[in-house]
Amino acid sequence: MNENVIIQLEHITKRFEDNHNILDDLCLDIHENEFITLLGPSGCGKTTTLRIIGGFETPNEGRVLFEGRDITALPPYKRELNTVFQKYALFPHLNVEENIAFGLKIKGKTKDYIRDKIKYALRLVNLERHEKRMPDQLSGGQQQRIAIARAIVNEPKVLLLDEPLGALDLKLRQDMQYELIRLKNELGITFVYVTHDQEEALTMSDTVVVMNKGYIQQMGTPEMIYNEPENAFVADFVGDSNIMDGLFLHDELVEIFGAKFPCVDKGFGINKPVDVVIRPEDVDLLPPGKGSLDGVVTHIIFKGVHYEMEVTTPDGYEWLVHSTDMFPVGTKVSIHVDPFDIQIMNKPQSEDEEALGVDE
Amino acid sequence: MKKLKNFFGNAYLAIVFVFLYAPIVTLIVYSFNEGRGRKWQGFSVRWYEELFHSASIGDAVYNTLTIAFLSALIATVIGVISCIGLQALKGRTRNLYMALNNIPMLNSDLVTGLSLMLAFIAVGVTFGYSTVLLAHISFNVPYVIVNVMPRYRQMNQSTYEAALDLGAKPVKAFLKVVLPELMPGVISGFLMAFTMSLDDFIITHFTKGPGINTISTLIYSEIRRGIKPSMNALSTIMFISAIILLVLTNFSPTGSKTEVKDR
Repeated sequence: MNENVIIQLEHITKRFEDNHNILDDLCLDIHENEFITLLGPSGCGKTTTLRIIGGFETPNEGRVLFEGRDITALPPYKRELNTVFQKYALFPHLNVEENIAFGLKIKGKTKDYIRDKIKYALRLVNLERHEKRMPDQLSGGQQQRIAIARAIVNEPKVLLLDEPLGALDLKLRQDMQYELIRLKNELGITFVYVTHDQEEALTMSDTVVVMNKGYIQQMGTPEMIYNEPENAFVADFVGDSNIMDGLFLHDELVEIFGAKFPCVDKGFGINKPVDVVIRPEDVDLLPPGKGSLDGVVTHIIFKGVHYEMEVTTPDGYEWLVHSTDMFPVGTKVSIHVDPFDIQIMNKPQSEDEEALGVDE
Repeated sequence: MKKLKNFFGNAYLAIVFVFLYAPIVTLIVYSFNEGRGRKWQGFSVRWYEELFHSASIGDAVYNTLTIAFLSALIATVIGVISCIGLQALKGRTRNLYMALNNIPMLNSDLVTGLSLMLAFIAVGVTFGYSTVLLAHISFNVPYVIVNVMPRYRQMNQSTYEAALDLGAKPVKAFLKVVLPELMPGVISGFLMAFTMSLDDFIITHFTKGPGINTISTLIYSEIRRGIKPSMNALSTIMFISAIILLVLTNFSPTGSKTEVKDR
């Protein structure tokens, strides 16, 4: 076993009553001091995974190891980890101070210890002097901070966060993302974070685990997930992308809609159908005839930082293009893509693999 | 024109209240009558004094209050536990059980009383205090469930899990986190059960044995033997108690708070 692995999920399968597998033979190692995010659409099994780690669900098969010990059958109140729930789940009849003290009182800590801890936790989440407020007197963002404070005073080795920012508005959500990164660095503990928001996942995580239909689709650093998606699902779910059918002619050359694009990938065979992913910001628009494939700008929206355009090529495919340059609708352009910006993926083969893909 | 409208409105309201309360006022007036008959023979509190000296009345009051209190308490415990079970059920099954829960409240007291009596005979229990208590518990449980269930469904279900997560064992998590949340519903359920029990005549009549009376059955049997003015006094006290109870439940801090929140 790796030295700094803190949680191991071994072949976890979770079935619901209708025999539908919500998780299928899931294996995952979570390391100490890691910010790991489970990312996926609703129903992908990410929350179930978190609830299994927290002890609120029992897997039908498989084991959960915590520092090498099997905790699969351990109830939540005996686990050395704490959860921040989706809708905060503050105790409405207790004030901020009593909410934070809840776990410490149960553990029989002294009054002085509890008082110091409350102070420390409130300072950490920037809510000093709010001790006597009731939860319904706090804003959503403040409630979220209290929920985090309530969890971390127990000094868990792992903090589980179930879409904690889902109910906040955009600006607050972005502020809280920085807060969470700062918190994680100050506390030096492991964060397991669940979200369906790919931007959140990419911003905060050390490791992103993209999930769909109970399977892990890809796991890696945010850069890896974004730049080198392993399949069409990941490419489609994380960021915007153009996913097209291509023909892998031979090493370092792929054909898309009849046009040849040099790429850097090797070893996909000869004349083999593949999926090709190109991020919209990687599509360069050149004057007609100068690029690999000609098309016409059919749609344009100003997005602030860049323009979002659709370029229709003769075969009818609408390329999504992000550019700081403006090309009015009707402009004839030519598409060019740098070889290292082209991502080649095998097409799903078997039915099981198909389930991994984008057939939703 | 507006004044005229107001006048008729107020007059109408006054008439309604006269019809509603005139009989009770009559009763209260008679309870202070010196004489036995319908003729006013001067003010007196002798019937009230008689009340306190009568052993049978004392017993009836004691029975009524203890049965109301115990049946409400036990029904509250059973009702709250039932709510936990109901909440855990899936949508359709839960609706079915909620419908089954509501039927006894709509059912005629006569049917409930008779069927309870037959059931007690079938099982072979001796009629007495305990059969009345059991009967009252059984008709009180639905009222508790009806009061607690909406609170339970409205509450954030993750607070219980949050308590477990912070190290509380299930029972402690329930007592410290779930029960305080349900408390307004629990209190109103208890009070409703208490008043239902106080108020009941028919079911008690069918399930009590000889030699045991609650206030309502006592008044009934006394009146059958001819008018006894002390019963007027007893009824007056019951009416006043009901008013006090009503005022208390409406103006107590928890009562008013739930009302605001529920809306």
